[in-house]
Amino acid sequence: MSDADSSGESGADSGGAFGSAIERGEDVPLLTGSGDYTDDISLRGTTHLAIRRSDHAHARIERIDTSDAAAMDGVVAVYTGEDVVESGVPNTIPTAWDLPGLVQPQYRMLATDKVRHEGTAVAAVVAETPHVAHDALERIAVEYEPLEHVTDPVEAVERDVPPVHEEAADNVAFDFELGEEEATDEAFADADRVATVDLRQPRIIPNAMEPRAALADWEDATGKLRLWMTSQNPHLHRMLLSAGTLGLPENKIQVIAPEVGGGFGSKIYHYPDEAVTAWCSMQLGRPVKWQATRSESYLTDCHGRDHVTTGEIALDDDGTIRGVRVETHAGLGAQLSQFGTATPSYLYATVLSGQYAIPAIHCRVVGAFTNTTPVDAYRGAGRAEGIYVIERLVDAGARELEMDPAELRRRNLVPPDEFPYESAAALVYDSGEYERAMDLALEHVDYDDLRERQRELRDEDRYIGIGIGNFVESAGLSPSGLAGDLGAQAGGWESSIVRFDSTGSVTVLAGTADQGQGHRTTYAQIAAEELGVSVDDVDVVEGDTDRIPQGMGTYGSRSASVGGGSIARGAREVREKARRIAAHQLEASVDDIEFEDGEFRVAGAPDRSLHIQTIAHEAYLGHDLPEGMDPGLEETNFYDPENFTYPFGTHVAVVEVDPETGDIEIRRYVAVDDCGEIINPMIVEGQVHGGIAQGIGAALYEGAAYDDDEHLQTRRMDEYAVPHSTQLPDFETDSTVTPSPHNPLGVKGVGESATIAATPTIVSAVADALEPFGVDHLDMPITPESVWRATEGDR
Amino acid sequence: MTTHGISVTVNGEQHDLTVRPRTLLVTALREELGYTGANVGCETGRCGACTVRENGETIKSCTRLAVQADGSEIETVEGLADDGDLSALQKQFQEQHGLQCGYCTPGMLMSADTFLREADDPSREEIREAIEGNLCRCTGYQNIVDAIEAAAEQSGEHR
Ligand code: FES
Ligand code: FES
Repeated sequence: MSDADSSGESGADSGGAFGSAIERGEDVPLLTGSGDYTDDISLRGTTHLAIRRSDHAHARIERIDTSDAAAMDGVVAVYTGEDVVESGVPNTIPTAWDLPGLVQPQYRMLATDKVRHEGTAVAAVVAETPHVAHDALERIAVEYEPLEHVTDPVEAVERDVPPVHEEAADNVAFDFELGEEEATDEAFADADRVATVDLRQPRIIPNAMEPRAALADWEDATGKLRLWMTSQNPHLHRMLLSAGTLGLPENKIQVIAPEVGGGFGSKIYHYPDEAVTAWCSMQLGRPVKWQATRSESYLTDCHGRDHVTTGEIALDDDGTIRGVRVETHAGLGAQLSQFGTATPSYLYATVLSGQYAIPAIHCRVVGAFTNTTPVDAYRGAGRAEGIYVIERLVDAGARELEMDPAELRRRNLVPPDEFPYESAAALVYDSGEYERAMDLALEHVDYDDLRERQRELRDEDRYIGIGIGNFVESAGLSPSGLAGDLGAQAGGWESSIVRFDSTGSVTVLAGTADQGQGHRTTYAQIAAEELGVSVDDVDVVEGDTDRIPQGMGTYGSRSASVGGGSIARGAREVREKARRIAAHQLEASVDDIEFEDGEFRVAGAPDRSLHIQTIAHEAYLGHDLPEGMDPGLEETNFYDPENFTYPFGTHVAVVEVDPETGDIEIRRYVAVDDCGEIINPMIVEGQVHGGIAQGIGAALYEGAAYDDDEHLQTRRMDEYAVPHSTQLPDFETDSTVTPSPHNPLGVKGVGESATIAATPTIVSAVADALEPFGVDHLDMPITPESVWRATEGDR
Repeated sequence: MTTHGISVTVNGEQHDLTVRPRTLLVTALREELGYTGANVGCETGRCGACTVRENGETIKSCTRLAVQADGSEIETVEGLADDGDLSALQKQFQEQHGLQCGYCTPGMLMSADTFLREADDPSREEIREAIEGNLCRCTGYQNIVDAIEAAAEQSGEHR
């Protein structure tokens, strides 16, 4: 365990809570149906909101007639975008990441002039019941003048189309560059060989099982808004809602995220809908609830990915990678969502070095407005897209050189003694033992034997493929100063409070917010370990901005490293204060006080001791504290990490492809992950399983599609293929542990790793299986049909 | 507006209520009767988050009208625990880490519980087929299958 914190010894060394597969306490309410998700909550007098959405991808709004709807029995109010404008609130859905030259068009709660994607909110009905509200939507008459639309990010900038926003005539929101263009050109000129890939990473739709929802309660008497919502970051929502959208100071908004049924990114963002719910409650002085239908989720939850990319890799004959050049058109959708600009730029281009020592990298990304649902970060955000590109490039390079893809990877891995390693893509990797993890993964599948077997089977017309996915990921977005330099409009710190009460139990108030990751258990493990108490003595509170004053939330695999880091530091401060009280009461010098298993002992006099829980009691009695010390035993911590952490690992898939039917069977899936120190191996494994499932989903099943009329085709669960139980194999997981020196606990984070790894792994395996057919790449999702078509000529 | 008086027994407790012809069973359970364990994930019968038992058979309560349930016995996740003690199946879900966000869990438990009443020593494949109509976005299913398998083994031992 590394201990980058200077405040004292790490209690985490003593063995115990930290590192154990402790069952989750949070499960019990979820297993019995007593946990409350947003839609389970109702207040007296709750009214119900339904939102009228555009069925055009691009159109001018000519007229909206709400009179029929307003006259319906049970309808309380009907609002349009004009009503919101007239109310005088700031009415902006802000972006949270600026880039040089970024065009930032207006983004309002309800559209007033134009609709720019199917699903744009144009009017709101509040009624006594959800049924009446939804019925009333049909009675709103909207006249549109349809405009030509565009959904493809390349066409959007290259074809002559009416722009999505007047401010960006060519539909370019930003034109981003990273790396050294000249050095890269030279590397390519000097190299023996060049391999190229042209690929698309389609839009995927997060599909958290719980659709988004909000319940707003404005209290006229106090001028305060309470808002329950499906949020991954209630404090960030409070911040964005306050000045940008509703014009309320932060202390007049309480955002509560109760149980949240999955997010995967989709519940980070500040959408119009939750803001409209709050605004309606402010107009009416009554509680207002909004619950998205699944088809609303498909139309409005931010989609992920949407990249069209050409990548090139320059190599020498001996397998040395000389350089990488990448050009990407990234679809942003019709509006700039919160991290919609950061994801395809900084989060993407910076990982293009992958696990490899590549001397020259240049990447250009054109961010394009299109008439589609806004795109934002989805599990693996940016890193998934970048690792996909580099891993596909390495495979292409291996084919070009006729070299084994494992061997080519091995020759270029950043060696363990090169850390901290500064990549040509502007990151400083913290620590890594890439070859060890790769070897372990390859051992699991008996790689050499498997290659042998592959050759034998080919002679029998059977096609197995082996895919290797090496990944490194930047997790725990930070530090705040750097993030600010790159354009972030918020900090990358995390905050927590660690508090003993007078009975010796501990409350941890954390600024992150759980959507199934098990924070209550892992955070309790951290605090218990640092404080020498039992996990059962620790209560963790999250997701309520009035109870937890500050925080940034849960996204980008930051909770364990940044959130957990803050808790560990806070707990250490609490321990140090307790130590001083112990020294005082035991009449010893602070330096002579040892701490073990919750007990403060005088060195050399083991019978003179006080338990930390007794000290807690003393701290609140306040009768006998050191001179000048304030009573109480709690600390508020703000932790701003010195850098990102860099989880890594290798996944290997073995598939069998039937060229006759196009059928793809995953025969083995091995994941070796290194997420630094492991707080709870059971929870880490769960995150890996879920991540693989979503990566396999993207590789083989999922993909948003627009039809020729530019309507979203995949708008129901029977049209968009979320993997079900019979489509996924059992996964084989293993891990190595390389602690992060950038983090007080040595943890790195794991929530996104497996999604990042799984997509290139599966695509690579399928392409490998189809090598005899001359197929070197297939775009995701790889369907039986695409396999069948690709191999058609060779059958 | 026409309404109907219906009577349903939920987890052994009888309720009389008045519903509109279009009211879905899941809505009646959640909003009229306060059984919010059954969740709504898709309203189209695809995800299984709303799965409950009606007269011993699992149904997706978003595809059933409340009036159709008149006179029937409904069981929901709230009734699975025994006097506050988790059932063997629920306990296994916790032990095997068979849930993350928990949104699919009530439906998953109802499907698995019903399956286990019939299944004698099921294979993993049979378990995977039994929960095919219940989507989970968090877990990758493996731990859910482990949990159901372990619960099946336990009940096998008791037989
Ligand atoms: S909500 Fe009933 S099956 Fe999805
Ligand atoms: S546990 Fe989240 S959907 Fe299954």
